[in-house]
Amino acid sequence: MTQVFLGMPAGGLGNLVETEPFPAAAHRELGNTQMRKNLRHATHTIRDKRLRVVGELPDWEQLRDAGSAIKNSAMFNLEERLLEFEKNFTARGGVVHWARDADEANTIVRDLIRETGSTEVVKVKSMATQEIGLNEYLETQGIEAFETDLAELIVQLGHDKPSHILVPAIHKNRTEVRDIFLKEMPDVDPALTDEPAKLAEAARKHLRAKFLSAKVAISGANFALADTGTLGVVESEGNGRMCLTLPETLITVMGIEKVLPHTDDIEVMMQLLPRSSTGERMNPYTSMWTGVTEDDGPQNVHIVLLDNGRSRVLSDSFGRSALNCIRCSACMNVCPVYERTGGHAYGSTYPGPIGAILSPLMTGIEVEKNNSLPYASSLCGACFDACPVKINIPEILVHLRGEDVDSQRDKHKIPTQMDLLMKGGSWVLGKGKNMKLVEKALPLGRLAAGKNKKIKKLPGIAAGWTQSRDIPAPPAQSFRDWWSAEKESK
Amino acid sequence: MRIALFATCIVDAMYPQTAKSTVKILERLGHEVIFPAGQACCGQMHMNSGYMPEALPVVENHVRAFDTDDYDVAVAPSGSCVASVKHQHAFLADRLGKPELKERATAVGKRTYELSQLLVDVLGITNAAEQLGSYFPETITYHPSCHGMRLLKLGDRQLDLLKTVGGITVNELPEADQCCGFGGTFSIKNPDVSSAMLDDKVNNICSTGASACAGGDASCLMHIGGGLSRTGAKPKTLHLADILASTMEETVAL
Amino acid sequence: MSAKDEILGRIRTALADAPQAPEVPRGYRTSSELDEEALIELLVDRLVDYKAGVDVIEESQIPQLVADKLAGASSVVTPQGLNPQWLSALPGTIARHVDAPGDRRSVAELDAISAVVTSSAVSIAESGTIILDGEPDQGRRAISLVPDHHVCIVPVSTVVQLLPEAMPRLTITRPLTWISGPSATSDIELERVEGVHGPRTLDVLLVRGM
Repeated sequence: MTQVFLGMPAGGLGNLVETEPFPAAAHRELGNTQMRKNLRHATHTIRDKRLRVVGELPDWEQLRDAGSAIKNSAMFNLEERLLEFEKNFTARGGVVHWARDADEANTIVRDLIRETGSTEVVKVKSMATQEIGLNEYLETQGIEAFETDLAELIVQLGHDKPSHILVPAIHKNRTEVRDIFLKEMPDVDPALTDEPAKLAEAARKHLRAKFLSAKVAISGANFALADTGTLGVVESEGNGRMCLTLPETLITVMGIEKVLPHTDDIEVMMQLLPRSSTGERMNPYTSMWTGVTEDDGPQNVHIVLLDNGRSRVLSDSFGRSALNCIRCSACMNVCPVYERTGGHAYGSTYPGPIGAILSPLMTGIEVEKNNSLPYASSLCGACFDACPVKINIPEILVHLRGEDVDSQRDKHKIPTQMDLLMKGGSWVLGKGKNMKLVEKALPLGRLAAGKNKKIKKLPGIAAGWTQSRDIPAPPAQSFRDWWSAEKESK
Repeated sequence: MRIALFATCIVDAMYPQTAKSTVKILERLGHEVIFPAGQACCGQMHMNSGYMPEALPVVENHVRAFDTDDYDVAVAPSGSCVASVKHQHAFLADRLGKPELKERATAVGKRTYELSQLLVDVLGITNAAEQLGSYFPETITYHPSCHGMRLLKLGDRQLDLLKTVGGITVNELPEADQCCGFGGTFSIKNPDVSSAMLDDKVNNICSTGASACAGGDASCLMHIGGGLSRTGAKPKTLHLADILASTMEETVAL
Repeated sequence: MSAKDEILGRIRTALADAPQAPEVPRGYRTSSELDEEALIELLVDRLVDYKAGVDVIEESQIPQLVADKLAGASSVVTPQGLNPQWLSALPGTIARHVDAPGDRRSVAELDAISAVVTSSAVSIAESGTIILDGEPDQGRRAISLVPDHHVCIVPVSTVVQLLPEAMPRLTITRPLTWISGPSATSDIELERVEGVHGPRTLDVLLVRGM
């Protein structure tokens, strides 16, 4: 059966939107000096660790090339891979569900939980469920979801929002974490110190009974192998193992882009991912399961395959490689913009450089203020260098800026200052002789700069520049004119 | 060798000295420099701001000016503009569905070099004092601009050239690989983040005790220089080409 | 139309330009250059870095070392297929439990047991990773998870240098647990701290001649 669709696949729903323009959000976040200190400390720590473990591998670049090709080949044959995965996962006793968007995924999960009779679930950290707002939805349906990853727990107890995809509480330092625990953990030792080991122990005690009694767990997945139907979760604390092993029912929510064609592909991904994310040679624990294993682990195993805008990303030939993302967070850890604004400034579940492309690609550039995200970058390229699967994030940012400008063209009756600047610039810089003409005015700029030879204040959109920078007085003569006079006349 | 100079718009209009320095260095080595008259700009500002159709005439103009048999290699004193010529022109042609432009732009890109790339990789310069007569008796520090470092993979080419200038002292810049926050229209679209990045760069430069910060991109240097000037800090900014062109007889002034 | 049909239809539409899947260049390292001593040294170095305990021993020393490692324990659980000889030096004061098909230890029982002893399937020296695959000498996943102390036997013949070398030795459809050190977190200020929910102590006995 072949269905023919016309037009753009539907955009994603859920926590994928920036609700205020990025510059305004950034302005607010930049004012939080404690957060900036915490972020600077954390990102610099992880950068050094990552560089050290990446530097150990003589074949890092070959691994990146392989990783990039593996993901491309999975995406370019996505239909076949998903069907193959479904067949294999089902053959081993798992149940596959398909969800067009966030709402549909949430409903499927709720119904599966209700079938078990349980009103609470334990959760392994999962970007997909964060994206679809599962916890909030379940709460409205009378089901309580307990986050078990330490950072997610900090965020949940602190009634906060995640600001990083790997370390959702990266914006909090140890003292702030202790204060949250003291306030929000019922049985916490009032003498709790801010030593990270003590904080981890408090989390262990707090969650232990939940793990041992939970009937239902919800997880994401770092990958799905099409050729065997195997799922994998990469983690550190053992909370993942607890959730994936002890409950009777396991429901995994996974984006359709997480499928890998072959078993051998994990030999590449499992070298790239831990080194890029936590800067470790390998993460403490990785669990893999294929459907149901008799007498070992959950016997009621489900997966929800989530689209929610991913097919929309796939339809953009210049942006589709954003689906290659393995959610390692290396790009945000090296990003100078993220380092200063933190993740909340990006609005979406996906912050940092990858979020600045993924969010507008998933929803469409015109949704809410997502069109401000592609500009949240100086295009320094640190993200592209760090990306283990070589997503050319700066190029996609530029592509999306183009989408944004094109989408605005018909909206403004009166051109913006930027429109005028760019149209004028196009004429001036489109011909050497036009430029020569305009350069005749350079002495006027000298006049404006005055005795100090500095321009300290400009009007309109250029005021952003003179907010913290001077402009030097222009020269009396352009190089072009000098060349004509000196070289060509001789 | 017959070398075509791509001055870049910012150097042409704002820092003509840097283009003159580039000519001096190459002529000192016995090469002939030409200046294709139709040239203007690489179009990066338009592309990076999302104005693709407006970028097209700028890119076409560049390709028209440089797609000739009149020279052996082209050079520009800018990592960023060369990266645009080498990578972004083909991307734009692709995006606007212009296969013929893509082919010509790719050919131009292959023949275009950033200054230190040309000096080190093509002309075999390993010692600026000996081979170029470079002399600059000042303490400097060096900011490697992002596009040269990451898109062109220049590595230490610029820094190594600077270190071999006669009379010079080069102090290492802390967090040198961090962006200065310019990013073209980023600095006016996101002025607060850009300024926060610039503050750190300015503080790091001041911490080196250098009297100048050298670099290979006039635009980043204008940005950093603007920040130094605004805070009243002592260090100036100076292009790599100007330092390499400086000699015992004709020492460039700070 | 079902969600499945609609999603697959969207994918077909999205890929209407028919991009060609690239050949995967597998130019990365796939075979080891290290001899056995170097391999052991590398694995030990990685495990120590993760703050796991490591002893390199002969097969005959296993009973004594297992007893040494469990000196502070009050009880221990083992999978049914573990060589019983390995527990032969344990003092009678340590209560022994076996997890066997048809005679499973409940989660509550496991929570009250202080330690677990298992064997392992394959280990990767370069990343310090030990893989358990649920064979009878390793047991169900729950037994190596709930007790707070894991003593793991790693025969040297099961150690490879590189992850790609481990792949042919794995049956991917078995329930796999890859362990690289004791449980840990980097969630506070991105600094690694050992010991959260999984076993907080990992002792590895790396056995020559096995």
